[in-house]
Amino acid sequence: MEYVIEMLNIRKEFGTFVANDNITLQLQKGEIHALLGENGAGKSTLMNVLFGLYQPEGGEIRVRGKKVDIANPNVANDLGIGMVHQHFMLVENFSVTENIILGSEPTKYGITNKKDAAKKVQALSEQYGLNVDPYAIIEDISVGMQQRVEILKTLYRGAEILIFDEPTASLTPQEITELIQIMKRLIAEGKSIILITHKLKEIMDVSDRVTVIRKGQGIGTVITAETNPNDLASLMVGRQVEFTTVKGKAFPGEEILDIKDLVVQDYRGVEKVKSLNLNVRKGEIVGIAGIDGNGQSELIEAITGLRKVKSGTIYINGKDVTNMKPRKVTESGVGHIPQDRHKHGLVLDFPIGHNISLQTYYTKPISKSGIIDYNKINEKALQIIKDFDVRTQGPTELARSLSGGNQQKAIIGREVDRNPDLLIAALPTRGLDVGAIEFIHSRLIEQRDNGKAVLLISFELDEVMNVSDRIAVIHDGEIVDIVTPENTSEQELGLLMAGHTEHKKSQDLTKKGEDQHVE
Amino acid sequence: MSNRTTNLLVPIISVILGLLVGAVIMLVSGYNPLEGYAALWNGIFGDMYTIGETIRQITPYLLAGLAVAFAFRSGLFNIGVEGQLIVGWFAAAYVGVAVELPKIIHLPLAIIAAAAAGALWGFVPGLLKAKFHVHEVIVTIMMNYIALHVTNALIRTVSGGGDRTESIFASASLRSDFLENLTEFSRLHLGIILALIMVGVMWFILEKTTLGFELKAVGFNKNASQYSGMNVNKNIILAMVISGAFAGLGGAMEALGTFEYVSSKGGFTGIGFDGIAVALLGMNTPLGVIFGATLFGSLKYGALNMPNAAGIPIEIVEIVIAVIIFFVASGYIIRLLLLRASAKKKEAK
Repeated sequence: MEYVIEMLNIRKEFGTFVANDNITLQLQKGEIHALLGENGAGKSTLMNVLFGLYQPEGGEIRVRGKKVDIANPNVANDLGIGMVHQHFMLVENFSVTENIILGSEPTKYGITNKKDAAKKVQALSEQYGLNVDPYAIIEDISVGMQQRVEILKTLYRGAEILIFDEPTASLTPQEITELIQIMKRLIAEGKSIILITHKLKEIMDVSDRVTVIRKGQGIGTVITAETNPNDLASLMVGRQVEFTTVKGKAFPGEEILDIKDLVVQDYRGVEKVKSLNLNVRKGEIVGIAGIDGNGQSELIEAITGLRKVKSGTIYINGKDVTNMKPRKVTESGVGHIPQDRHKHGLVLDFPIGHNISLQTYYTKPISKSGIIDYNKINEKALQIIKDFDVRTQGPTELARSLSGGNQQKAIIGREVDRNPDLLIAALPTRGLDVGAIEFIHSRLIEQRDNGKAVLLISFELDEVMNVSDRIAVIHDGEIVDIVTPENTSEQELGLLMAGHTEHKKSQDLTKKGEDQHVE
Repeated sequence: MSNRTTNLLVPIISVILGLLVGAVIMLVSGYNPLEGYAALWNGIFGDMYTIGETIRQITPYLLAGLAVAFAFRSGLFNIGVEGQLIVGWFAAAYVGVAVELPKIIHLPLAIIAAAAAGALWGFVPGLLKAKFHVHEVIVTIMMNYIALHVTNALIRTVSGGGDRTESIFASASLRSDFLENLTEFSRLHLGIILALIMVGVMWFILEKTTLGFELKAVGFNKNASQYSGMNVNKNIILAMVISGAFAGLGGAMEALGTFEYVSSKGGFTGIGFDGIAVALLGMNTPLGVIFGATLFGSLKYGALNMPNAAGIPIEIVEIVIAVIIFFVASGYIIRLLLLRASAKKKEAK
């Protein structure tokens, strides 16, 4: 068998910490090879080694059978290795062509020759069926289209081997389907692909083989056709994993959150939430399904007091909290798992123990007449660390050095421990692996079963379908429909999210359902 | 190599390297480095008098360093310590000459006036930063010039057209017969005790109070602080006010201790700017500031003896002192070299 890339027994250390220990990955020509592993398992490290950002302490890399030394990313580029990053590296107000040629601008008499470049982009786009307009401005095109620009960027530079880093993280279901077709087209044209992901469904759909790594160790490579999601998950996590979230029937009580005719503007004064109405009751989970940027962030920020409300009212427990300060809202019984845990959820340079008390540091018994008792902070931290299985060296470890999943568990512990009547969970499982996702979902359901109201915001349809009791679909700042998971399908939700309300009634409403719910 | 030995070795090696390079500079300029360093040593530790004067020199550096470090810990870059120190100096001296009161009232009043003046000078950039997002570096730099020339004008007014005020009443003075007798009549004054208390105050605020928790949180991450319900604007203003108060106290040391008057100045004192280096050398911790201020104060004062005792021109002396401080500040590079060396050793094994 011909291998285009062989990473043999790679070892990468950071000080005393071994990020990659004896990992072997062999990429065949013309295959889609998935790289599967939990967060912090060492996937990114391995790819950074391949891309020349890190130098390995052991092992060797061969490209088309020849041993190579990838000293920096330029070498990787020359070897035909291209990376499609999870977070796009695009200049928003540049055109597609300008972004693609950025850094290697073709010139004619010393002047950038955009015309020829655009032609070349057009040709590549047609060859691989990408359907990208070379003259479009990045900020005007959809996220899926932006990703294709990233793909074109690597192809333009002559990449033969493409690394996709979590490519479906911010795509809609329709866009994911299209991306899968694009990947198959690339293979048909002779390219080879490494797909980094922890979404088992995608692996089953597109990949030929899977290499699994766990805690920095290479576990092995399996042929996709000969395995199943359950086996892959246990290989990745090292134990059995429950997939269908086990949850009983909801018994909703009185309204906890009631939003009436809410209008919220973003910082430019553009209305992002337009006359929105929504309520969440005791003992139910309401999921908000929608594509990123349809007003979800503004909605949560308005509820939690982080953003001014233009008009409308927000009631929590019957009390008007519109435009109250964040602390007042919190004290009215709101817990908030923010969507960006690094920006809002944690003070990364604080110890994790301090972060666990970030909402309660000023209250008794931690603080008394302005004096803070760090022993109490550490006691609390130890309790949360234990109850929520936060893997850390202890309360004094900096939040920055915890893995994403453990950071998130600490935040959830902090918010849930205060026993709020309303728990707002914004993208609570973003970027986490199946083990952590399973844990977080069961915690949300536990809150519901304890008679709390839960508002879940997610871009993942699986998550919305599995966890919610009711699903409110948001599009362009409005709730376009409220459905129950039993009576809808991912297809229908996808269309609603894209704003196609007229299709809704004609959908078959009996799809899915019973098997999602264990009564 | 263990962490502790590295931590201990780094400053020692830094100082030795600095001294070596300083020696080379003296050598190529045609002066005897041994004589030079002997003069420096005697200038610092020569007798009780020089020791007293050295400690006196350290005192305002301590407070200027605290001011910069406190703002740093709250995520703010206070370049305005110089101006805050100058207004504090003037305020203390003014209270010292304007009224005569029993010492138990007069001295605290003069000290509080200095702290209040510095706090006010810190409040303005804090307010502008919090309300209008004006960068504090720009405002504090400009506030320095305003402080310099406003106090000069005020000194002229107060002194009836002169360039210095009367000496303060003894009731407002920090001088102490005991300390003077102990140090062969140096100008060492009680301010050092106040400065050391302030080191404790900074430590207490940052490490023991709810306010300190908030200030540090805001310094690290404003968004998360806002999310958790802290009043970010209030904390920014408060951080600048407290920082300014420390700086103002630095001015009081000069007004009530060293000089016992304030004179109009042609330029900045430099203490406030050196405070930035003191704070950074001390890694913005209260204990570190003691180390930084001691290094700065000793070298600055001891160096004065080098032209007299060893005949080295003041320009060369200043270069040598700058080189030593430069090497101490480059501790990071030395730490890196040490790590490399120990890694190599490991490989060799």
